[in-house]
Amino acid sequence: MNTDAALQRYLLQLGDNALILGHRLAEWCGHAPEMEIDMALTNMALDLTGQARALYQRLAELEGKGRTEDDIAYLRDAREFYNCLLVEQPNGDFAHSMARQFFFDAYNYALHKNLTQSSDEWLAGFATKALKEITYHLRFSSEWVLRLGDGTETSREKMQKAVDDLWMWRHEPNILSEAEEVLAKTGVIPHPDAIKAESEQKVADILTKATLTIPTDDWAQKGGKTGLHTEYLGYILAEMQFLQRAYPGLEW
Amino acid sequence: MQTHDLEKNFQQKIDAEVKIEPKDWMPDAYRKNLIRQISQHAHSEVVGMLPEGNWITRAPSLRRKLILMAKVQDEAGHGLYLYSAAETLGAGRDDLVMDLLNGKAKYSSIFNYPTLTWADIGAIGWLVDGAAIMNQVMLTRTSYGPYARAMVRICKEESFHQRQGYEIMLTLAKGSPEQKAMAQDALDRWWWPSLMMFGPHDSESTHSEQSMKWKIKRKSNDELRQAFVDATVPQAELIGLKVPDPDLKWNEKRGHYDFGEINWNEFWNVVKGRGPCNKQRLDARRNAWENGAWVREAAMAYAEKKAARRMKQAGEEAA
Repeated sequence: MNTDAALQRYLLQLGDNALILGHRLAEWCGHAPEMEIDMALTNMALDLTGQARALYQRLAELEGKGRTEDDIAYLRDAREFYNCLLVEQPNGDFAHSMARQFFFDAYNYALHKNLTQSSDEWLAGFATKALKEITYHLRFSSEWVLRLGDGTETSREKMQKAVDDLWMWRHEPNILSEAEEVLAKTGVIPHPDAIKAESEQKVADILTKATLTIPTDDWAQKGGKTGLHTEYLGYILAEMQFLQRAYPGLEW
Repeated sequence: MQTHDLEKNFQQKIDAEVKIEPKDWMPDAYRKNLIRQISQHAHSEVVGMLPEGNWITRAPSLRRKLILMAKVQDEAGHGLYLYSAAETLGAGRDDLVMDLLNGKAKYSSIFNYPTLTWADIGAIGWLVDGAAIMNQVMLTRTSYGPYARAMVRICKEESFHQRQGYEIMLTLAKGSPEQKAMAQDALDRWWWPSLMMFGPHDSESTHSEQSMKWKIKRKSNDELRQAFVDATVPQAELIGLKVPDPDLKWNEKRGHYDFGEINWNEFWNVVKGRGPCNKQRLDARRNAWENGAWVREAAMAYAEKKAARRMKQAGEEAA
């Protein structure tokens, strides 16, 4: 894989993570445990969808094939999506949604902090802007892991179960794809060890403070970065892409 | 001062266009009437998130998706300001929410209709927000200060929503034959329920007369409805859609459109809980509340633990 191809694939990885997690968060809209939480979750969905849009626009520009951001979001099938498996996992209860968010945010924060130093000027600029949003996401999700972990007996049980259930999906973001290997060598993306160390530290700190037990089984479930997904993604796409598929080629 | 003097003073203030503020004396009935109206309005914002939220995950482009999410989020924000405005009258937010969940409090019946196609998102913005604005512009001048001020902010956002809704309809109306049919079908289904949003005829409206005297309302249901029809019919014509009313006709003499009679049976049925989505909407809010109970309890417990730890630490430092 040459650098151009690697960069294009990487933009898809980032964009798909943001799009799919944004979709999951939007499913909460109108159904969250409290009005303020409802607004915060929709706000994060807005941030993420906005990020996906910027990344797809950049990709469209680089590949120069005349595709639009919407072609990229709406006209690919599951095997051509490269998000990590964590973000496509169902919302479950609020503890599951917060565990998923926290694991992802811990990684995403460390990643974007480092990406601001990218040798690719566009990517560095994008990361600087997105980092402000992701900083807020990480604060929100870590605060909820703390509240639920160190709240009531019931909430602790639910939070522990969510951490246990999602643990195997947590590692994939830190396992490099072929595109990431290429880009790490040229300084386009940061050295993966730095991101891994920082995000693992954050996860360990918060789980400990939240009085939760850190799971010991470190088996990593992976595949998303090569387009091998869980069964959930197909349903997300069926819903998301419905209008574009049912009425192809129209303006909306 | 005697109660009747207080009442006289109160009415004089209203007549002189002086705003009533939370600490001012006000008749009990004025307070109750406002709590009812403001909380109904807040509930409508919150329940109103559901029919539109129904299309966020299916919005046909990323741009439309972002606009729709921002709109639904604005509605949650409006719900929050309005609950705060009701709180200035001594009503607690949790009590008001309980009244909604146990069916005691009403919300706008329009949200008991389903959003079946993407065009419904356009129609809601254009017609439902358009109708709401007629009412809300009037309420920016309502006699109770906090409610009037909340309305100023809400109106700005609502008129933005209305333009976005109209723009969806415009795009569909000039699109493919299927898109145009989708837009017409949405107008056909949302037109009459939108007219019903203004409530019963003035002659049938129980709260109207007193509300007008207290300047909570400044225009009657029928006046507002007429203003909505007059503003909206030309907008439909401009994009080539047909308003589904055979009696609709410009009346040169009145300087207004004449329009057909609303199906009041349908109106009262939906008010009484027999609309297509009444049960779903309330169930959705009840589920959110009940499934969220453990989360709210955890947040309280955590805050208490944190405060206790801080107290203990402060005690140790002092000792």
